[in-house]
Amino acid sequence: MQLVLDDEQRQLRSAVRELLADHSDVRSVVDGGARYDRGLWRRMADLGLTGLVVPEELGGAGAGHADRCVVLEELGRALAAVPFLASAVLAADVLTALGDTEVLPALAAGEKIGAVALSGVTATERDGGWVLDGCAPFVLSGDVAEVFVVHTPAGWFVTAEGRRRALTTLDPTRGQAKLEFSATPARRLEHADPGAVLERVRDLAAVALAAEQAGGIAQVLDTIVGYAKVRVQFGRAIGSYQAVKHACAELYSTSERAGSLLRYAAWAADHDPDALPLAAATAQAFTGPAYFQAAATGLQLHGGIGYTWEHDAHLYYKRAKSSELLFGTPGEQWARLADRLDRVP
Amino acid sequence: MTGFREKVRAWLAANVPGDEELATAKRFQAALHDAGLAGITWPKEYGGQGLTAAEQQIFDQEAANYDLPTSVFRIGMGMCGPTILDLGTAAQKARHIPPLLRGEEIWCQLFSEPGAGSDVASLQTRAVRDGDSWVVNGQKVWTTVAHLADFGALLARTDPDVPKHQGLTMFLIDMHAPGVTVRPLTDMTGRAPFNEVYFADLRLPADAVLGQVGGGWAAAVTMLGHERVSIGGFVRKRHDPLAHANLAESARRYGRDRDPVVRVELAKLYAAERALTLFNARLRQEAEAGSPPGARGSVAKLAGAQLQQQAVAVAGLIAGPHATAWDPDDAAGDELALAINQTPSSSIAGGTDQIQRTIIGDRILGLPREPVADRDVPFRELRVGTQRPA
Ligand SMILES: Cc1cc2nc3c(=O)[nH]c(=O)nc-3n(C[C@H](O)[C@H](O)[C@H](O)COP(=O)(O)OP(=O)(O)OC[C@H]3O[C@@H](n4cnc5c(N)ncnc54)[C@H](O)[C@@H]3O)c2cc1C
Repeated sequence: MQLVLDDEQRQLRSAVRELLADHSDVRSVVDGGARYDRGLWRRMADLGLTGLVVPEELGGAGAGHADRCVVLEELGRALAAVPFLASAVLAADVLTALGDTEVLPALAAGEKIGAVALSGVTATERDGGWVLDGCAPFVLSGDVAEVFVVHTPAGWFVTAEGRRRALTTLDPTRGQAKLEFSATPARRLEHADPGAVLERVRDLAAVALAAEQAGGIAQVLDTIVGYAKVRVQFGRAIGSYQAVKHACAELYSTSERAGSLLRYAAWAADHDPDALPLAAATAQAFTGPAYFQAAATGLQLHGGIGYTWEHDAHLYYKRAKSSELLFGTPGEQWARLADRLDRVP
Repeated sequence: MTGFREKVRAWLAANVPGDEELATAKRFQAALHDAGLAGITWPKEYGGQGLTAAEQQIFDQEAANYDLPTSVFRIGMGMCGPTILDLGTAAQKARHIPPLLRGEEIWCQLFSEPGAGSDVASLQTRAVRDGDSWVVNGQKVWTTVAHLADFGALLARTDPDVPKHQGLTMFLIDMHAPGVTVRPLTDMTGRAPFNEVYFADLRLPADAVLGQVGGGWAAAVTMLGHERVSIGGFVRKRHDPLAHANLAESARRYGRDRDPVVRVELAKLYAAERALTLFNARLRQEAEAGSPPGARGSVAKLAGAQLQQQAVAVAGLIAGPHATAWDPDDAAGDELALAINQTPSSSIAGGTDQIQRTIIGDRILGLPREPVADRDVPFRELRVGTQRPA
C-alpha cells in the first residue's frame, strides 16, 4: 500500500494549488451571487481535471482515484466553488461504471455538468421507452447540472429534463436542488448489477468527500497556526499560550490521522476493491466530524475576527458542517462502518 | 518481499513461546537473531540485518498476530540501541549493539528524577570528573526494568555553573557496578516494573560518555525522539483486551453487539485504531523515502495514549459489571482490570500528553515558545521540582 504521494502526484498537487491560488474566486459565489465559479471550472476542464479518472477511451485522462483525491484535497483546501464532487466524481463514476459513451465524454471534457439523484425516483417502461416519476430532495449541484443521472429501483437512468428547484444551502459555496420528475422521458443505462454500481459509487464518493474534508482540515490548521504566530495579546503571541498551542497540536494530530486514513482509502480504490468498502467507510466516518471540529476550533481561535463575514473561517465552518451531513449524519456513518465491520471475517 | 513474509510467518508460527519468563524471553530473542529477524533495519556490521523499513513493516504485521515475549528488551531495542547507533563511538557500538540485539543484555533509561520529570533538564544527579574517570552521585526514579537491566543510559549533570540544558552529559553505565542500588517501586497495578535507582560514588571510565561531554541534552533529545516513535509505533498484542477486535468479540460474548451505542463506539474505536496504524505506516514510508519522522513521533505517542483511554471507555460500556467483579479463576477478568489500570501510564510515561502537545506546537507547527524563567540562568541558582537548591 502506498501512503505517501509519488513525484507525479506532488507535481499535480502544486499545479492544482497554483491554479486555485490564481483563479479560485469563492467570493464571486458567496458575495457575488454566482451559482458556481465558472472561470475556474473552465480552466479545470482545459487542464483535463474534470475527466481525471474517466478512461481515455471515454474521453477522460485515465488517471487513478489517488490522483483525483490529490485534486479534491486542494479543492477542499481552497473551498473552490465548482461542481467537481457532483460532476467529476458522482456522475462521472456512475457513467464510467456503466460504460456510457453518450454523455460521459461531454462530462469528462467539462462541457456539461452532471448531477446524481440517488433516491426518491421510480422508473416505468412505457411505449418501448422509460419515464421517471418522483422527487429527489437533495441533489448536489442539481441547481447547475445539465445532465441528471438517476438511480431508481429499476436501475440507472440519464435525462436532461425534469424540474429543478434550487435550494437555499447552509454551505454557500455548493449548491443543491430538488429535482421533480413527472413522466419524464429518460434513457436506461443497462447494467447486470445496478446495485453493485451504487455501492461502488457510494464508496468512491465517500473517499472523494473525505479527501475534500482532509484538505479542509489541513487548510484550517495552516490558517490558525499562521494567525497564532502573529496575533499578540497580553504581550505575547497567542500561539505561545498552551490553551491555544495545545488545541493546534490536537488539530495537527487529527489532520495527520485523517490524511492517513484517506491515503489508504484512495490507494484501496485503485488497488484493492475488496478493502475499499471498509476503508471508505472508515475514512468518511472519521473525517466528517473531524473537519467540523477543526473548523469550529479554527474559528474559535480566531476570536472575534473569525466571526465576521469578511473572514473565511465561517465558510469552512459551513462547508464542514454541510459535508459532515451530505452523505449521511455522523450517526449513520458510524452505523455504516459498524455494519461493514460485521462483514469482516 | 513475499519470500521475507513467508519466512517471518513460518518462523513465528514455529517459535513463539507461551510465556514471558525472563529466561524464555532471552532464549527467544537469541533465536530471533539467529533466524535473521532481530535488528531488521540495523547495520550488518553490528549484528543487524541491514534491511529496509519495508521488511520491518512486514515483520511487525506478522508479529502482531502473536504475543512476543520481548517487552523486556523494548527500551534497549527502541531507545538505547538506536541512540548508541546515532551517537556512539565505533568501540561503543561494537561492545553494546550485538549483545543487545541477541537479548543477552538488558537496558534501562535513567533520566527521570523525583524533581525532574517533564523538565528532565533540571535533574540533579551529579557526575564529577576525577582524573580520567567520573564519579556519580544522585537518584533516579520510575526507571523501567532497572531491576533486570545490565546497562543503563544515564543522564547526569556535569556542570552546574551553566544553564540547565548545557551542563548535562549522557553516560552508558554498568548496572552491576558497585555504587548502583536498585529498589523496586510498585505501580498502581500492584506490580513492580519500575524502580528507584541510587548512585553512591559510582565510578565511570572516560569511555562511558555517549556523545559529547556537555552534550547530554542533545543526546537526550535524540533518545526521546526514538522513544516516542517506539512507544507510538507500538503494535498491539494480539490478546490485548483493549484491541478493537477483542472488544468486538467480547461485545458478542456479552450479547451487546446489537446495542446501537456499543456498535457506534466500537466503530469509532476501530477508526481511531486504523488512523494511528496507518499514520505509523506512513511515517515509516516517509522515513524510507528519506524524511525521518522527527517530532512527528509525538503525534503517534499522543494519539496512542488517547486511543488507550478511548478503548477503556468502550471496554466499560461492553463489560459493564463484568469489569467490576469476576471469578477468581477468570483470567479474562484479571486481564481487563490490568488493561484498565495500566492505561493512565500511557499518558505519563515517555512524556505526558501535555508535553507531547507542546512538542508538536513548538517543533512541528513552529508556534512561539512559552516564556521560561530558567533558560539562561546557571543551574546552581534555580528552583527545581518541589525543592529549593541546596
Ligand atoms: C510507567 C512509567 C514508566 C516510566 N519509565 C521511565 C524510565 O524507564 N526512565 C525514565 O527516565 N523515566 C521513566 N518514567 C518517568 C516519566 O518519564 C515521567 O513520569 C514523566 O515524564 C512525567 O514527569 P513527572 O512524573 O515528573 O510529572 P511532572 O513533570 O511533575 O508533571 C505533573 C503534571 O504537570 C504537567 N506539566 C508539567 N510540565 C508541564 C508544562 N511545561 N506544561 C504543561 N503541563 C506540564 C504534566 O503534564 C503532568 O500532568 C516512567 C513513568 C511511568 C509512569
